[in-house]
Amino acid sequence: MTEPLIFELSSPGRQGYSLPSLDVPDKAVEDLLPAEELRPEPPRLPEVSEVDVVRHFTRLSNMNHGVDNDFYPLGSCTMKYNPKVNEDVARLPGFINLHPYQAEETVQGALRLMYELQRYLAEIGGVDAVSLQPAAGAHGELTGLLLIKAYHADRGEARDVIIVPDSAHGTNPATVTMCGFKVRVVKSDERGGVDLDSLRQALSDDVAGLMLTNPNTLGLFDENIHIIADLVHEAGGLLYYDGANANAILGIARPGDMGFDVVHFNLHKTFSTPHGGGGPGSGPVGVKEVLVPYLPVPIAEKRDEGYVLSYDVPKSIGRMKAFYGNFGVAVKAYAYIRSMGPDGLRRVSEDAVLNANYLMRRLAEYYDLPYDRHCKHEFVLSGSGLKKKFGVRTLDVAKRLLDYGFHPPTVYFPLIVDEALMIEPTETESRETLDRFAAAMIAIAKEAEEDPDRLKGAPYTMVVGRLDEALAARQPNLAWRED
Amino acid sequence: MYPKDLKYTEEHEWVRVEDGVATVGITHYAQEQLGDIVFVELPEVGQRLEKGESFGVVESVKTVSDLYSPVSGTVTAINEELLDAPEKVNEDPYGAGWMIKLELADEGELAELLDAAEYTRMLEEEG
Repeated sequence: MTEPLIFELSSPGRQGYSLPSLDVPDKAVEDLLPAEELRPEPPRLPEVSEVDVVRHFTRLSNMNHGVDNDFYPLGSCTMKYNPKVNEDVARLPGFINLHPYQAEETVQGALRLMYELQRYLAEIGGVDAVSLQPAAGAHGELTGLLLIKAYHADRGEARDVIIVPDSAHGTNPATVTMCGFKVRVVKSDERGGVDLDSLRQALSDDVAGLMLTNPNTLGLFDENIHIIADLVHEAGGLLYYDGANANAILGIARPGDMGFDVVHFNLHKTFSTPHGGGGPGSGPVGVKEVLVPYLPVPIAEKRDEGYVLSYDVPKSIGRMKAFYGNFGVAVKAYAYIRSMGPDGLRRVSEDAVLNANYLMRRLAEYYDLPYDRHCKHEFVLSGSGLKKKFGVRTLDVAKRLLDYGFHPPTVYFPLIVDEALMIEPTETESRETLDRFAAAMIAIAKEAEEDPDRLKGAPYTMVVGRLDEALAARQPNLAWRED
Repeated sequence: MYPKDLKYTEEHEWVRVEDGVATVGITHYAQEQLGDIVFVELPEVGQRLEKGESFGVVESVKTVSDLYSPVSGTVTAINEELLDAPEKVNEDPYGAGWMIKLELADEGELAELLDAAEYTRMLEEEG
């Protein structure tokens, strides 16, 4: 059964509050506000009691699936469990009662946390300096490319092309366009990495840089990264590291050492802060020495007199966000880094990679594995065989997984894999959970053979059945109307 | 599924040339891979396109893809019906689902495109 809208629960005259009677002189609103600012009639808000509201939203929340409910293997999203200690720390009165305009000497603890988080992320990324300002991954990309743009402009070079591989996250070409650059796509080779010939052809004196995720969206580490970095640098470009897949490399490999000049981290992926509806996110950007002069301001610094917010960056690209980034998220990531420690963070990546490889091998017998090599933290299967043999599409597999109680993996991405299923188990899942998920995926593969129509009609156990996505996109019906 | 009178690109666009005017759309294979198309973004009439340049965007329930011009030329018409009825690209990719018309800048470029047999072979090789 579907839940009615809150407007449909409305009953004339019902109230969720009762205010005490007025004990100051009454003044008509018409005397206080100019006529053009007044509504001719009151807004049509739902008239409901407090318990109506609580039950309505509790029922809706129970329909949701989150990482606190069960396994959530959404590829390239790193839906790892968010330790509750992070929330405890972020709710300490000294943090939640801060005001952004407080004098620096009264917020030394917060500034120290920002400074230390900058240093930790710089160490993890192998870079020289970090800005905590960007509010999410794509905002980090925007910041990073603006830094690259400022770098070339400062040197008087007119470079307006950014190279992006065909396996890239969609945000990469979108960011390129947002920054006023042009996208030049390079192909992947048969091992799933950047095709070096294609890269050589793409490089010229108009190239400002290259955006790369490593491991990439196939979950594969590009072993040619040093060659790629040399080629781009020789052509006068810089390298941008999309940190979406950094959960594979903590304490093992550093983007800075691979040759990247600018890196973003997703604290809401790699560093266990809530992701999606539980956000907000945070996408700090780290840079090598060459880009330090252009970093956004302010940056937390440690001086003899204590911690300060420095605005002394003459060539700064300016501010990327109001105040100091999503500070509460930074607190949670700081708590995570401190509770894991360097060895613990390395173990995170080792377990994430182990879990992914275990699941990949368990499923490879039942689904196609287009790139058959060890994966990192995620892997990509193809439903191409199921489609050819039984007419069952990846979408049907994903919908059927809902009936088995799991959030489906990312589907139809990366674009270079037909009927793609992109699975990222993360390190926080036990062998039992992985086996339960594998059992569901295997059962679905068998259903595809024995009863394909069953899959095509899935899901059956959700509040709604299969939705018509095309109709919803072509004729969106988003607003409630009384009639 | 791949008419013999059309020319094709490796990016799965087709082009039909009549009296120096090229009509461009996407192939049956492309619409099938994309799935239900829900939005098509097309250029302005009068825009000058280079061969291989992006002239628009096609969005399906699965993905968003750039559209690439098979030849150089100036846009003389766009299929405005697609803005309200993008499903025409799925239903009739070589007819009602056409996207733009171009005044050809260089007829010689046509020779660089694939014919139906070559395009079909490419699809088979890609598996």
